[in-house]
Amino acid sequence: MKHLISIKDLSREEIEEILEKSEEMALILKEEKNLDIMKGKILATLFFEPSTRTKLSFTSAMQRLGGNVIGFEAVESLSVAKGENLTDTIRTIEKYSDITVIRHPREGAARYAAEISSKPVINAGDGTNQHPSQTLLDLYSIKKLKGKIENLNITLLGDLKHARVMKPLAYTLAMFKANLTFVSPLSLEFSKEVTDELKEKFNSKIIQTNDIYSGVKNADVLYVCRIQKERFADQYEAEKLEKAFRITPEIIEQANENMIILHALPKVVELDPKIDETKHAKYFEQAAYGIPVRMAILSMVS
Amino acid sequence: MEEMIVRKIENGSVIDHIAVGKGLKVINILNINPYETAVLLMNVPSKKLGRKDIVKIENRKLTSDEVNKISLIAPNATLNIIENEKIKEKRKVILPDVLENIIKCPNMNCITNSNEPIKTKFFVEKKGPVKLRCFYCEKLFNSEEIVI
Repeated sequence: MKHLISIKDLSREEIEEILEKSEEMALILKEEKNLDIMKGKILATLFFEPSTRTKLSFTSAMQRLGGNVIGFEAVESLSVAKGENLTDTIRTIEKYSDITVIRHPREGAARYAAEISSKPVINAGDGTNQHPSQTLLDLYSIKKLKGKIENLNITLLGDLKHARVMKPLAYTLAMFKANLTFVSPLSLEFSKEVTDELKEKFNSKIIQTNDIYSGVKNADVLYVCRIQKERFADQYEAEKLEKAFRITPEIIEQANENMIILHALPKVVELDPKIDETKHAKYFEQAAYGIPVRMAILSMVS
Repeated sequence: MEEMIVRKIENGSVIDHIAVGKGLKVINILNINPYETAVLLMNVPSKKLGRKDIVKIENRKLTSDEVNKISLIAPNATLNIIENEKIKEKRKVILPDVLENIIKCPNMNCITNSNEPIKTKFFVEKKGPVKLRCFYCEKLFNSEEIVI
């Protein structure tokens, strides 16, 4: 693949190929072998919005592959803060590097960067649209921890309307024929457009509910995201929803013994800290899988 | 009811079979200049549609961009090209599969609404009713939301 912009550009076969490559990378990491397939190559990380995990794990993945990394985060004191547009930034950076990873507040920014860049571009988040390396590592985590994706009962819970990770994740889980349950406050449900697409393209049977208990009860995987408070005009309303959609040990008691909990992190209050100590909590492992998955992605774009 | 007579145009274009109420939008698309003559007929009786709007504009051949825009507003419209008071060509407007650089993305946070030199691009996912997906922000819009 030339670029990685949207999960929708990939077929199920292509996604499976990336997951297999990720597994190869995980084995190499486990055996503490050094790779030099990116030796002499430079990755540019352009983060027009702050990032912790994504930026660090791309950096780590590139270094594990023997390559070097340059880049910036946020825009203060940079040319872009002086009014430089994305076009000029991309045309300059492509002269300095071999692959570009970009996170930008506007939807479609990575797609546009890929159009004008002669070098591969990886989307690390464009507004509320896509974050494909996160989606791939989520799929990898489920496959790794549960052995499969197909026919699993997977519950997505939280601010489904605003969270960037949820829409593409639901899309790929439907593609892989998982049984999907969406749990959110009424005002934060997926739009009808999103659920219609899953039904039309993948013939998905979807359960939508506002009741946490019924969403958790039969789940094999519970994927939680935070209420995106920054998108609320009324902070009191946001805090009310945060409290109402919090996963507590009492809720987990109702769950399957083997249910796993995933989260793209950072988590705030949506998971009771006591959950971290339970066998269900797998989100730190999930974060660790970001390295082999991003190593696979970097080795596959060209 | 007394019949209203609108004279034939000698040369120009007639956009017929516009759904009732959409004629004004079609006129807006055409951006009539102060030296052009155009007429909008509203709620005209029609055998096919019951009622329809018609737009006539003298001495103008529509560009393909204009026809594409009209096809979004009035997908069942017919375009007649008139020369010497005769219909030289008659065809239905056809909504293309891809619309490039003729409409704005309604998503204000789309990269196409920034200061980048980008041409907009939309894929027509459904033709009736029209659903368009922005190539850049990947959001889906209906024809009422589209900014022409």
